[in-house]
Amino acid sequence: MSALTIEGLNVWFGEGREHVFAVRDLSLDVEEGASYGLVGESGSGKSTVLRAITGLVPTWRGSMSVMGEALGVGRTPAFYKTVQMVFQDPYASLHPRHTVDQVLSEVLKLHGFRDIDARIDQLLVDVGLGPGYRFRYPHQLSGGQRQRVAIARALAPDPRILLLDEPTSALDVSVQAEILNLLTDLRARHGLTYLMVSHDLGVVGHICERIAVMQSGEIVETLGVEEMRRLEAKHPYTQHLLDSSLRSARG
Amino acid sequence: MTPLLDVQNLSVKFPTRGGIAEVVRGISFTLGKERLGIVGESGSGKSMTGRAILRLIRKPGQVTADRMRMGEVDLLAASEKQMRAIRGSHISMIMQDPKFSLNPVMSVGQQIVEALRAHDRRTSKVAAQTRAIEMLDAVAIRDPERVMTLYPHEVSGGMGQRIMIAMMLIPDPEILIADEPTSALDVSVQLQVLEIMDKLVRERGMGLIFISHDLNLVANFCDRVAVMYAGRIVEVCEAGRLHEAVHPYTVGLLNSVPNLQNPRPRLEVLKRDPAWRDAPSVVASS
Amino acid sequence: MKMTDPSTLRAWLLAEAPTSRRQARASAWYVGWLNLRSNTLAMAGLIFLALLLLAAVFAPFLASHDPFAQDLGARLLAPGTDGHLFGTDSLGRDIYSRVLYGARISIYIVLLVALVAPLLGLIIGTVAGYAGGWLDVVLMRVTDIFLAFPRLILALAFVAALGAGIENAVLAISLTAWPPYARIARAETLTIRNSDFIHAIRLQGAGPVRIVMRHIWPLCISSLVIRVTLDMAGIILTAAGLGFLGLGAQPPSPEWGAMVSEGRKFILDHWWVATVPGLAIFSISLAFNLLGDGLRDVLDPKEGGA
Repeated sequence: MSALTIEGLNVWFGEGREHVFAVRDLSLDVEEGASYGLVGESGSGKSTVLRAITGLVPTWRGSMSVMGEALGVGRTPAFYKTVQMVFQDPYASLHPRHTVDQVLSEVLKLHGFRDIDARIDQLLVDVGLGPGYRFRYPHQLSGGQRQRVAIARALAPDPRILLLDEPTSALDVSVQAEILNLLTDLRARHGLTYLMVSHDLGVVGHICERIAVMQSGEIVETLGVEEMRRLEAKHPYTQHLLDSSLRSARG
Repeated sequence: MTPLLDVQNLSVKFPTRGGIAEVVRGISFTLGKERLGIVGESGSGKSMTGRAILRLIRKPGQVTADRMRMGEVDLLAASEKQMRAIRGSHISMIMQDPKFSLNPVMSVGQQIVEALRAHDRRTSKVAAQTRAIEMLDAVAIRDPERVMTLYPHEVSGGMGQRIMIAMMLIPDPEILIADEPTSALDVSVQLQVLEIMDKLVRERGMGLIFISHDLNLVANFCDRVAVMYAGRIVEVCEAGRLHEAVHPYTVGLLNSVPNLQNPRPRLEVLKRDPAWRDAPSVVASS
Repeated sequence: MKMTDPSTLRAWLLAEAPTSRRQARASAWYVGWLNLRSNTLAMAGLIFLALLLLAAVFAPFLASHDPFAQDLGARLLAPGTDGHLFGTDSLGRDIYSRVLYGARISIYIVLLVALVAPLLGLIIGTVAGYAGGWLDVVLMRVTDIFLAFPRLILALAFVAALGAGIENAVLAISLTAWPPYARIARAETLTIRNSDFIHAIRLQGAGPVRIVMRHIWPLCISSLVIRVTLDMAGIILTAAGLGFLGLGAQPPSPEWGAMVSEGRKFILDHWWVATVPGLAIFSISLAFNLLGDGLRDVLDPKEGGA
């Protein structure tokens, strides 16, 4: 079954003369339990796709469906229980005046859970932090720890699909490795479906099985991770991206 | 041969409520006409090292060193006025984001001309214009006449950073400090900018200090690499032999990067040994 | 045992890993307090205000005379004569006692205004900023209309319409004081609205009321508190101005502005009648300004309280 289907998605910003399309006629299909990557450089519209799915950008046309249910203009509480998102910058995605406890208990209350204390402790254990971090403020946490809290928040409603918007690009490589390992473990443990956006082919290749390459709002090529590793890209832009990424990674 | 830069036992301290935080803890290195990479994670003190050389650490931060000389000039004893002269014409610095380094209300051309004339007052306006166009040409900007008239918000990140490089190289400095010059750029642009910077630095026989978090990138564009951890240099190696590095921190950093062509089910996670912190700093002299 | 108590309490307050909600909150307050305490001028302001508050509370014990008792035989005595510390006014009332009792009125006015005006501004500003669209336009134009009037004139108009008296003066000052707060709150909301932590809570299905009240307000309040303390001086001066014009507190109540107004008639021959309450207004304004400056450093949300 498809976890997420998008057909003919167009997203635009501004009106009149300022009218620009950020995403053009985009279609993709993510199987349940799969991990799908969207790759592109800044301005390619890859993050906008995630924002359109979550309803943060209301100006879109086309059809999107999650777990077989078509999405309209608004989003229902059931949608937020199914789809959650992890943001790029853990320094910006946590409220500076809320403790970890406040963040997680508010989310759990919003989703109508009762056994909040037990769930918070479990979530913190799940993301590898442990209950000792429960009453800390964001400024008492490192970047990696903050991102773990953000992941715990996304996991709180027990979602089926996680949208990952460059979840490690603001972190050091050693911390990135920890977070990527955590994401791998969580997916195995909870049977999650991932849709990950990144500019880093190494990261996407590590997490995702199928990868779509975006350039100025359009998908120029879709390929499996094995094809990508064998450098069997057909589109010149994909080849260019692979080439740059390999050249900068060669020691 | 006297090195371009000779730093002995450099420390940078910041007083905090919990006591004094030492972000750079007694590092020593020299720089000749070569490309030295300083690599480390955030908080390792690599950026503070770059700033300390130019004495850009603001109060209440304190910079101490046994020796910090550029050629024959003692950077520790230089007055603020002397430092201003040094900053422009002998040591230049390129920062991470060109958006913050370029003046938003002046056109690119005006800024370059200004930089030229600040350096050499006798340059005529016309000569400065010609020189500026030459410089933009040197950093591979197509149609430099048109770019001269643009404002910083009208140029892309990659072009902005190339303009910065052009401006910084105008006074022919002996030393260029590049602090994460391409971290804000896309991968493909990143390489282009670095290749331009690299070419110019080599042609002019300058000393380059390339500060970055990206070990592989630094290895590609440097001769020597110093790896910093918790304010100290834990290992120095030749860039070409980075993969023969022995310090567990360097090895761990190298292995924690996901590699497209050699996939692994799990990435290696650094196990930080408290002993790394206390080990004496390695001297990075050429 | 007693000697070790403060240090363990301090350790508990500064713990890196608090173990309860209460400790986390107490610890955040304590760190803020430590920051404030390291600012000497702000502490001077705070101490002065604390003393003033105590003086107002204990005015009956501290006053040397009845502030309302007239003694026409002892009119306009110079400071220091006959046990009148600051002298007497035109009706022979003790100025020292009147200034003490007047502190009650001033603090009462300031506290009421400081509660009403920023709250009104906060609600209007955050709603306008978060909702956007036509609601934003309407609310901001109303704000502009209020801002377009000179403040004292508008307050005068309100008092004239409502009738003279302290409560009406408070109401009039509040009605004229909220627009700047609404502006600040709206500006803050516009930047906060597009941050990732607001997006994140929206993706958990939180509604606009919850987002504004629980996520935006806590971040706006700090800049409003700073602005209020800096505005306190202005509020006191407006209240004094209304008193001075005879539209605030009514005689014989010892409001400082009214006292200055009264003393104006004798200012050339009997300077102390107007100067002493004037100095009181000056020092309370200065104290609030110093405290406001210190609070700005402590509460700056960009520092995250760290």
